[in-house]
Amino acid sequence: MNARATPPQTPAEAKIAADYLGARLSLPGVAAVGAWRDNSFEAFMAAGLPTRRVEAWHYTDLKRALVEALPIATPPAATSVLAQGARLASLCPRIEDVDSLRVVLVDGHFIPALSDVARLPQGVTLRSLADALVDGDARLIQALSAPGLGKGDAALSLNAAFMQGGFVLDIAAGVEVAHPIEVVSLSSGAAPQAIYARSLVRLGAAAKLTLIEMEACDKDAFEQRNCALVCQVADDAALEHVFIVAELAARSAHVAHLLVSLQARAAFNSFTLARGGGLVRRQVFLRFDGEYAKAQLAGANLLKDRDHWDTTLIVEHVAPHCESREYFKSVLDGESTGVYQGKVIVAPGAQKTDGAMKSHAILLSDGATMNNKPELEIFADDVVCGHGATVAQLDEDQLFYAQARGLPKHEAEAMLLEAFVDEATDRIENEPIRTHVVGLIGDWLAARRRA
Amino acid sequence: MLEIRNLHAEIDGKKIINGLSLTVNDGEIAAIMGPNGSGKSTLSYVISGRDGYEVTDGEILLNGANVLEMDASERAAAGVFLAFQYPLEIPGVTTMTFLKACMNAQRKARGEAEFSTPDFMKRVRAGADKLGVPQDMLRRALNVGFSGGEKKRMEVLQMSLLEPTFAILDETDSGLDIDALRIVSEGVNALRDPKRSFLVITHYQRLLDYIVPDTVHVMSKGRIVKTGGKELALELEANGYKDFVGEAA
Repeated sequence: MNARATPPQTPAEAKIAADYLGARLSLPGVAAVGAWRDNSFEAFMAAGLPTRRVEAWHYTDLKRALVEALPIATPPAATSVLAQGARLASLCPRIEDVDSLRVVLVDGHFIPALSDVARLPQGVTLRSLADALVDGDARLIQALSAPGLGKGDAALSLNAAFMQGGFVLDIAAGVEVAHPIEVVSLSSGAAPQAIYARSLVRLGAAAKLTLIEMEACDKDAFEQRNCALVCQVADDAALEHVFIVAELAARSAHVAHLLVSLQARAAFNSFTLARGGGLVRRQVFLRFDGEYAKAQLAGANLLKDRDHWDTTLIVEHVAPHCESREYFKSVLDGESTGVYQGKVIVAPGAQKTDGAMKSHAILLSDGATMNNKPELEIFADDVVCGHGATVAQLDEDQLFYAQARGLPKHEAEAMLLEAFVDEATDRIENEPIRTHVVGLIGDWLAARRRA
Repeated sequence: MLEIRNLHAEIDGKKIINGLSLTVNDGEIAAIMGPNGSGKSTLSYVISGRDGYEVTDGEILLNGANVLEMDASERAAAGVFLAFQYPLEIPGVTTMTFLKACMNAQRKARGEAEFSTPDFMKRVRAGADKLGVPQDMLRRALNVGFSGGEKKRMEVLQMSLLEPTFAILDETDSGLDIDALRIVSEGVNALRDPKRSFLVITHYQRLLDYIVPDTVHVMSKGRIVKTGGKELALELEANGYKDFVGEAA
């Protein structure tokens, strides 16, 4: 007999179960997709929403946070698409000096009419997730499932069960995409809703792409988002990725998965900007499958009020001679909570691995909390791996120095904080995008100054 | 210019300044000398408005205005400048950015128009040339990796650009070799002006060979215990502080 006590199902879990049974037959995909969904759903139901008893979710209790499960977003009606186009311009203006190709999602659903589909260069293929699932190409579906990445994670299972929105983007071998591709994920803002999307980006050998993920929503958008991006970067290909996360309403819950596999000599450089927005869990599962690949994961987290932001990374060095860098800066004000869990795993054969991980936080108030948990699991003997984590306050001496030179206290603080965060933003290679991100950080600091 | 009357100040409940009175006239260079722990640096912090120091009695007037009612940045805008004994390194902020932010913040606080970028650049370049500060130092993070002499020279450059009316030099000679001391002192002397006063805090008479004071004050246990002309510094150098420290005990 199984003696383990099963915790009682919460109303949110019961609603999710009912929603799945109700939606199951209308969710897009061939039979194989249906089976994948069912398996994922069962895995989710067996585990339930993650609680602090699950080690990987120790600092982010999703079960407790998810008081109710919001209704699942439906694809926007054709009539509302035009209205969404108008909102785009105000909620998400084009980045200055960046001539990007836009891919627009509304409530997770790919909207070709709002996207720069006609401008996509040769060698770039784009379609909606739903189309790809209905088409049912076995290799594509396998790629979407990101085998081996994020295994056993209940939130990821939930994503697989419900995924509707999202896109599939393929860059053919040898194609260097001159313009950044900017995925704008817009919330219709009509009503509280749950968005489940999964997207796949595949770079063929020696392909090059800059991908911006930009989430935009109204200030008070109450949402539950569970979205995944799967990236496969083939031999000698390079992907630069910048993710600007939505500022959802305080009650919102947001899980954003990034699943990356890198082949030989591939380069992956990802930056995430967080400016709060309820409870957010950013989880990255990255694996080096080929030799001499390089990955950098960086981020700036700006939190205030009761924001909760969790960055959890698992970086697996399976192949030898690879280099991983993690570099995160957090600024926490008010009653906010920050979490950084970074685990670097070096498999027995992954000799000559070079890994360095850093998470630095500054607390601006007595009520703010930062949980730093860097971990190394090393099973190879010829590697260089290190990590550093700090939690500090602004330096009083530096502050006084700047004030004594005439900077009012809040300006002095903003200047020091900007410099602190810059060490992370400096890792964005694309200069106009970096300038844009730095500008958004400046806006956040200015808003704090006014508050 | 500066009038300090019966100043009492403490930090964390510990009394450091005990009834200090001091007058510095327009255009005057006043030197404060005293043994370690006599409260010299604390005095510089209290005048410039550092948080954490509590003034329990007395007043500080700058050209008649009560500076104790102002925070540090307001005092800076009102003309107070503190050249730090150990100038702070500010990683990630270039010297140029820092200078521009400070100059314009002060101008804004005084209701003056901010400098345009070309105007600002012109001033900084000219100021830097005068002090022999190389242009590439201005593009580096403020004081990061600068030598002791470079840091002090940067303090004098900031002073020359911010054009204070009352400048405090806190142990400016510490960590300087003779050549650096001469360059820094010449920079300070070039800023002497009938409308600008200096308070030079130092342990040793040596600095006063280069920056010649009008008055010398001996500080002990948080008070001025002796005031004289520049010859007083020589006397201290010869006999030490013991004669004066006793008076305050």
